[in-house]
Amino acid sequence: MQTSFTTEQLADPNVAESEKILRRCVHCGFCTATCPTYVTLGNELDSPRGRIYLIKEMLENGRPADAETVTHIDRCLSCLSCVTTCPSGVDYMHLVDHARAHIENTYRRPLADRLIRSLLAAILPYPARFRAALQLARLGRPLAPVFARVPALAPIAAMLSLAPVRRARTAAVTDPQPVSTPRRGRVAILSGCAQSVLDPGINAATRRLLTRFDVEIVAPRGEGCCGALVHHLGREDEALAFARRNVDAWIGEIEGGGLDAIIITASGCGTTVKDYGHMLRLDPLYADKAARVSALARDITEYLSTLDLPVLESRRLSVAYHSACSLQHGQRITALPKLLLKAAGFTVRDPAEGHLCCGSAGTYNILQPEISAQLKARKVKNIDATKADVVAAGNIGCMTQIATGTAIPVVHTVELLDWAYGGPKPAKLATSGRKDRARPVAAARV
Amino acid sequence: MAEAIQFLVPRDNVLARRLSIISDLADLLPPECLVHEARGLAPFETDAFIAYRRVPLAVALPRTTVQVAAVLKYCHRYDIPVVPRGAGTSLSGGAIPQEDAVVLCLSKMTRIIEIDYANRTATVQAGVTNLSISDAVGTDGFFYAPDPSSQLACTIGGNIGMNSGGAHCLKYGVTTNNLLGVKLVLIDGTVVELGGKHLDAAGYDLLGLVCGSEGQLGVVTEATVRLIAKPEGARPVLFGFDTCDEAGACVADIIAAGIIPVAIEFMDKPAIEICEAFAKAGYPLDVAALLIVEVEGSEAEMDAMLASIVEIAGRHGVRKVRECQSATEAALIWKGRKSAFGATGRIADYICMDGTVPLGKLSYVLGRTAQIVEGFGLRVANVFHAGDGNMHPLILFNANDPVEAAKAEAAGNEILKLCVEAGGCLTGEHGVGIEKRDLMRYQYSDIDLAQQMDVRGAFDEKWLLNPSKVFPLDGRIRAAC
Repeated sequence: MQTSFTTEQLADPNVAESEKILRRCVHCGFCTATCPTYVTLGNELDSPRGRIYLIKEMLENGRPADAETVTHIDRCLSCLSCVTTCPSGVDYMHLVDHARAHIENTYRRPLADRLIRSLLAAILPYPARFRAALQLARLGRPLAPVFARVPALAPIAAMLSLAPVRRARTAAVTDPQPVSTPRRGRVAILSGCAQSVLDPGINAATRRLLTRFDVEIVAPRGEGCCGALVHHLGREDEALAFARRNVDAWIGEIEGGGLDAIIITASGCGTTVKDYGHMLRLDPLYADKAARVSALARDITEYLSTLDLPVLESRRLSVAYHSACSLQHGQRITALPKLLLKAAGFTVRDPAEGHLCCGSAGTYNILQPEISAQLKARKVKNIDATKADVVAAGNIGCMTQIATGTAIPVVHTVELLDWAYGGPKPAKLATSGRKDRARPVAAARV
Repeated sequence: MAEAIQFLVPRDNVLARRLSIISDLADLLPPECLVHEARGLAPFETDAFIAYRRVPLAVALPRTTVQVAAVLKYCHRYDIPVVPRGAGTSLSGGAIPQEDAVVLCLSKMTRIIEIDYANRTATVQAGVTNLSISDAVGTDGFFYAPDPSSQLACTIGGNIGMNSGGAHCLKYGVTTNNLLGVKLVLIDGTVVELGGKHLDAAGYDLLGLVCGSEGQLGVVTEATVRLIAKPEGARPVLFGFDTCDEAGACVADIIAAGIIPVAIEFMDKPAIEICEAFAKAGYPLDVAALLIVEVEGSEAEMDAMLASIVEIAGRHGVRKVRECQSATEAALIWKGRKSAFGATGRIADYICMDGTVPLGKLSYVLGRTAQIVEGFGLRVANVFHAGDGNMHPLILFNANDPVEAAKAEAAGNEILKLCVEAGGCLTGEHGVGIEKRDLMRYQYSDIDLAQQMDVRGAFDEKWLLNPSKVFPLDGRIRAAC
C-alpha cells in the first residue's frame, strides 16, 4: 500500500525496513480471520491489519506513541498467525518489533504498568531471581483474588496464579556422558532462563535422548536467556545485550570444538535465536557472528528429524499435539513434531483451531490477563475435546498456560520421545494413573 | 494525487456536532463497542480498495440487532450518514466511509445461531465469516457453497451486500441462490424478517432485492443460508495451454457442450507465478495459461466428465493435463488460487477489475485487456472465474507513484467499458461500490437507473445508507444530498 515517508526518515535503517514491509501489505484483510485477538474482540484495531495501519500512521508522522496505539499493539500476542496467513508476505514480526521499540522509547506508561514491566524484565531472564520470586509467589498466592479486583494490579494476580503449586525438582545436571565414537554430532543446548526453573526435566530429557543416540553435548560458558522476554517488551538494548552474550558463548564453541547445531527446546526462544542475525544486522562487530549462530539454531524436533530415529511399535497412548505459535508460525515447523511422535508409537490427535494461540505468549498472560484467559479457555476446550491421554507441546510458556486449565497432563514433546526411546516415564504421567504403563518396545533400528 | 472518484461533500452540520453525536452514541453502546479517538478511526478509513480513504466520524461495533437498530434510529433522526461494514475486504470500496458517517461494523456479531440439518439451513449473525459456516458443518458432511476468494475473512453480511460469488458458483450459484432469509434493520430502526427456511416466500421477493443492494436498503444482522451436502469426491485438474486464446476458447466450448464442472478457473502466466510463489502448489510455470477445472461426484462420474473435458481441451491444443493426486495437493491448488489477489502484493500494488463477459467473447476481451494495459505502459495479471465469464484483470502499479496510480485507474475504466461493449457487465461479484459508480451510465440508461434509485428511496428516503456508493453523484433523484 501507499506510504508517505521523507528521505530523512528513510535514512533510519529501521524506518526504511518498516517502510518496505508496509509496502507489501495490500490491505486484503485475510490476516484478521486468523488473528486470536480479532477473533476474540471483533475490532479491526485488534487485528494485524488494524495494527499495521496504526504503526504506519505512527511511523509516518514520526510522532511519539499514544495511548490508543499502545493499547492495541500491547494486545498483540506476537503469535505470528497473521504471517502464516498473509498471501503477500508482509513481515509483520519485524514491523511490530520496531513498533514496540518505538513505544518503549517514546511513550511513558502509567506507573503500575512501568513497575510490572520492569519487574518482569528484572526477574524472568535470571534463573536465580526467578526461582526466588516463585517461592514468594507460592506464599502470596492466597492474595491473588485481592489483586485481581484492582485493574491496575491484575497482572500481579495473574503472576501469582501462574506460579506452579509445587517447586520443580531440580534436575541433576548430569555431565554429558561419554559418547561412543564416531559421534553423530556435536551440539549445544540452550539452557535458557524461565524453563530451566519451571521445568528442568525438559532439557534433562533432551540430554538423555541425544546422548543415547550418540550426539555429543557441550555446555558453552556464559550462555543464558535468549532475550525474547525483554525483546517483546520493546526493551531493545537489553534484548541485544542478551543476544550478544549468547553469540559470544556459541561462537567460542563454534570456532573451538565446532558445533553442528544449537538446540533449543523452548520454541519461543528458538524463534528469537533464529532472528539474532536480523536483530544484530546493524552491529558491525556482531552481524556476521549472529548470522552464523542463527544459521545453526534448530528446534529440538528439527534436529531429531535428522537422526533417523527408529520406528517403534504402536502403543495405546493418544497425544493431543499443541502446536506452539512460535513453532508453527514463527519457525514454520508444523509436521515434524507429529511425525516424530507417530514414529515413536504414539497416536497423535490435532485439536481444532490449532492455529490459534493459547494466550501464553511470553509475558502476555501476565500483562493481558483477560484476553489471555479467554484464549486459554478456547484452547483448553479444543484440547479436552480430543479426549487424549496427554498433551504434548514444544514451548514451556504454552505448557504452563494449558496445564492451569486442563486435567490432562501436559508434557514437552521431547519428554515423550525420551520415554519412548528408553528414558524414564515423564513424572506428570507417572502420577496420573493413566494407561500404558508398559515400557516401550524398541523395534530394530531402521 | 487528484482523485478521479469523488465522495459526497461532508455535511457541515454533522461535522459540527461530532462531539455530541459521539456522546449520544456512547449512551447507546458499551464503551468497547464505540471507536471515536482520531488514532483509532484511521484504520477504518478504507477497505481492500485502498486507493481511496476517508476517516469516519465514529465507528460503532454493535453486538446485537437491538444495538444496530438503536444506532440506525439515532442516525436517521439526526440525518447522519451510515456506512455498514463487515470485515472490510471489499475490492470495490463498498465499505469505505466518508467524513460525516458513522461506520456500522458488524465484526462483533459472530455467533452461529442455529444449524438445522433437517431443513439444510444455517442461521448466523451477519459478522460470521463465509468459511466458518462451512467449517461449522464440515464434519457432518455439509458446506455453504458460495466461496469468494476472501472467504477466510469476509463476512456473510458483506456477501449479501455485494451478492458475492466465488470459484464454485459455476455449479451452485452465487449468494442470492443460496440465501433463504435475513433479519434486516431499516434506516429508521425497524427490524424486518425477509424469507425464512423455505425456498420461496409469499409475496414480493424482497430478499432478492436486498441481496446485492450494497448496504443501501438496510443493514442485515442475521442470515439463513442453504447448506449443501458435500459431494462424494472432488478433483481439481490442471490444464496448461500455450496461449490465453486457446484456454479461453476451451472454456467456451466446455460450457457450450452442456458440461458444468464445479469450477473453471483461469490463470495467465503472471498470475501463475504470483500464486506459485505463495502457495507452492506445483502449478506449471512453463505454460501461458492455466485452467483449474474441478469435477465432483462419484469416481465414475468424475472420470466421465473429465474424459469429455480432456477431449475438448485436446481440440484446443492443451499441452499439459495434471490430475491432482491427493487432498493435500487439492487444498494447495485452491489455496494458491484463492490467495491470488493478496499474493500479488509480493510484486506490486494492484487494482482488481470485476467485469463479466459472454463466454464467446472471453478470448477477445483478454486480448484487448492486454492491449489496453500495455497502452498505459503497465502490466496485468489475469486470474478469474472463467466458467462464469467473470474476469479479474489485476492491473499492477506502484501506489507511491501518483502518475502510475492514475494510469492504472484509467486503464481499469477502459477495461470495464470494454466488458460492457462486449455485452457483459461492470461487476460480476465485487459490487459497484465507489470504484465502478461513475461507470454505471455505461451499463444503464437514465430511465433504468432512475428505477433503481426509486427503490432505494423507498427504503431510505433520506439516502443516508452508504450514500456515496453505487449511483453517480450527479442526477440522483429523491436524494436529500
